[in-house]
Amino acid sequence: MTYDLLSPTQLSAALLPDLLLMGGAIVLMLVAAWRPESDAHQRTVGLAAIGLLIATMATVVWMSVRGDSALETGVIAVDGFRWMVDLILLLGAIGTIALAIEHNERDGITQAESHVLVLFAVAGMMILAAARDLMVVFLGIEIMSVAVYVLTGLNRRSARSAEASLKYFLLGAFATAFLLYGMALVYGATGQTQFAEIGLVIRRLNLIDNPMLLVGIGLMLVGMAFKVAAAPFHMWAPDVYDGAPTPITAFMAATVKTAAFASFLRIWYEAFYSVFNGWAHAVWWLAVLTMVVGNVVALSQKNIKRMLAYSSIVHTGYLLVTVTAASVLASTAFTFYALAYTLATFGAFAVVASMQPAGETDARISDYQGLWHVRPWMATAMAVFLLALLGFPVFGGVGFFAKWYLIQAAIAAPAGLTILAVILVLTSVISAGYYLQVVRVMFMMPRADEAVEPLPVGALTRAVLAVTVVLILGLGLFPSRLVEITQSNGFRPYAYSPALDMGLPRFEP
Amino acid sequence: MGNVFVSLLYGFNFYLFGLIAIASALLFVTRKSPVAAALWLVNVMFCLAALYVMLDAQFIGAIQVLVYAGAIMVVFLFVVMLLNLGRGDADSDMRGSVGRIAAGAVGLALLAEVMVLARSRFPEELTLRAAQGLAPVDVTAGVIGPIAGPLFNEYLLAFELTSILLLTAIVGAVLIGKKRVTDAR
Repeated sequence: MTYDLLSPTQLSAALLPDLLLMGGAIVLMLVAAWRPESDAHQRTVGLAAIGLLIATMATVVWMSVRGDSALETGVIAVDGFRWMVDLILLLGAIGTIALAIEHNERDGITQAESHVLVLFAVAGMMILAAARDLMVVFLGIEIMSVAVYVLTGLNRRSARSAEASLKYFLLGAFATAFLLYGMALVYGATGQTQFAEIGLVIRRLNLIDNPMLLVGIGLMLVGMAFKVAAAPFHMWAPDVYDGAPTPITAFMAATVKTAAFASFLRIWYEAFYSVFNGWAHAVWWLAVLTMVVGNVVALSQKNIKRMLAYSSIVHTGYLLVTVTAASVLASTAFTFYALAYTLATFGAFAVVASMQPAGETDARISDYQGLWHVRPWMATAMAVFLLALLGFPVFGGVGFFAKWYLIQAAIAAPAGLTILAVILVLTSVISAGYYLQVVRVMFMMPRADEAVEPLPVGALTRAVLAVTVVLILGLGLFPSRLVEITQSNGFRPYAYSPALDMGLPRFEP
Repeated sequence: MGNVFVSLLYGFNFYLFGLIAIASALLFVTRKSPVAAALWLVNVMFCLAALYVMLDAQFIGAIQVLVYAGAIMVVFLFVVMLLNLGRGDADSDMRGSVGRIAAGAVGLALLAEVMVLARSRFPEELTLRAAQGLAPVDVTAGVIGPIAGPLFNEYLLAFELTSILLLTAIVGAVLIGKKRVTDAR
């Protein structure tokens, strides 16, 4: 059964939250253009956008509780995995706008439309999380990317922001070309764009060794690796993350990555699972390379935004493990990890945003020297976020469990990824080098004499900090409910015809 | 007798437009002046439109003229004119013989790929599907009807998402391009 998107009831059953968000975004766009630019108007539109996002969140929760049975085919997936990812994306968007309102005020960015672009980007991401058709995937990725290209260059007085925006735009367009060419070849080989149909045709025509299909999958893999910033396609990430306004950096590092990965997982699980042996080695090496390169280069960073950029590359490597693992458990480990990672990333960037003085300056790690003596709460919160990113037990809260489930998924994977799990743990040990370095600088070094007093922190930023710390620590102490929710919302690779399950050979490079 | 004449005419037109297209494309990449290059590109687009019409794809032929030859090339020429780049004395992107040889090699590889693909056999199911997919043109629906039908039924979601994408791009372009209203105070 599929949804007939021409009938209003079935359309709303499939896409109600997305329609609400897109409609609301268009209305807010008009509201934003109604008055001349000003700080007050920018704040009003931002708060309205947060309201819209919360309403969308409520709709998503209602849709998931109502629990329409997971549909097996069709262009749009209606399943628990989609709703879980939607909630994480909306959470990230709320954090972005909350941070952006105050960041805009300080940097003199008065365009109220910037918040509307965040809404459009999230609408694209939600489409991406639901898409079960290559065409819809492409449109979702483009809606998301186009909005984020502009958001990166939002600060028009900053040359660095403009450079980041242009760099992101050109490389993003390049990646899109790879992705699109790959999609065209996959369509050429199978004659289908819907994931389930692609999987079926591959099985029926036995296209497992078909060069056109494999080249198509390879090109799509390159495009996706660009979008999620996996090594060796990560070169753009540090410059772009450094140049973008800090709230947008958090948005890119956490939310954009979550959305791209959700789609990555769905395409590779549902469409390409039949040719697992064709791509598993490539993704395996991609994961290893990303973990090693990201961690080693992060060690030498002096700028905290660049350090966090490399840390986000590292987490791409960890998340690639869930793609290779290809199991229900891996898909649940992904949603759990994405939530923990989003919370910790937004917390860390909230601290970076509130530590940054107005104007264009380097966010150096040495600026955090002795932060404990002047801003004890903020230093403590930053320590929690960094420990969560590291996956430290207790003090890192939910971050520890996220990594735990990831390793579990790798070991329990049908293909057996023990070596990958070992590499994951070893590279995590390296990551302690740069995460704990910041903690050491904050707590164990004296405040430099010439250091300026950090600016007062706005109420919204404070709220983001408080909510993320409480959620990280709270979910770290009581993770069982969250585990239950994520585990009941996984999805099977190639879910549609268990009878066709391939009996995969064990895979160990 | 009539059929022979039609197929002769068809072959003549195909080679005529094909040769003009290839010649224009060669002139397009070898011109130093951007304006001349852009005009040769317009010529290529027109020839392609003619070839589309010969393939019974009149709608695509018309769109080719309207969108590519019309809108996009006019924007190209506008940009060249507004940025005052039309003199053609700027350094060429193609420097040295290495670049030329590499470009030639890539071109030959692509040509070889087309040759190989034209001879290769596709899985039966795919070729059959493609053959069945070409429904006989319904005279009452015209040329545009068969495009409008799927566009507003089967692919409605993709169509609407494209409009959101374009809206996002417009908002973004205006946001980056507009003057700051508050600065006028």
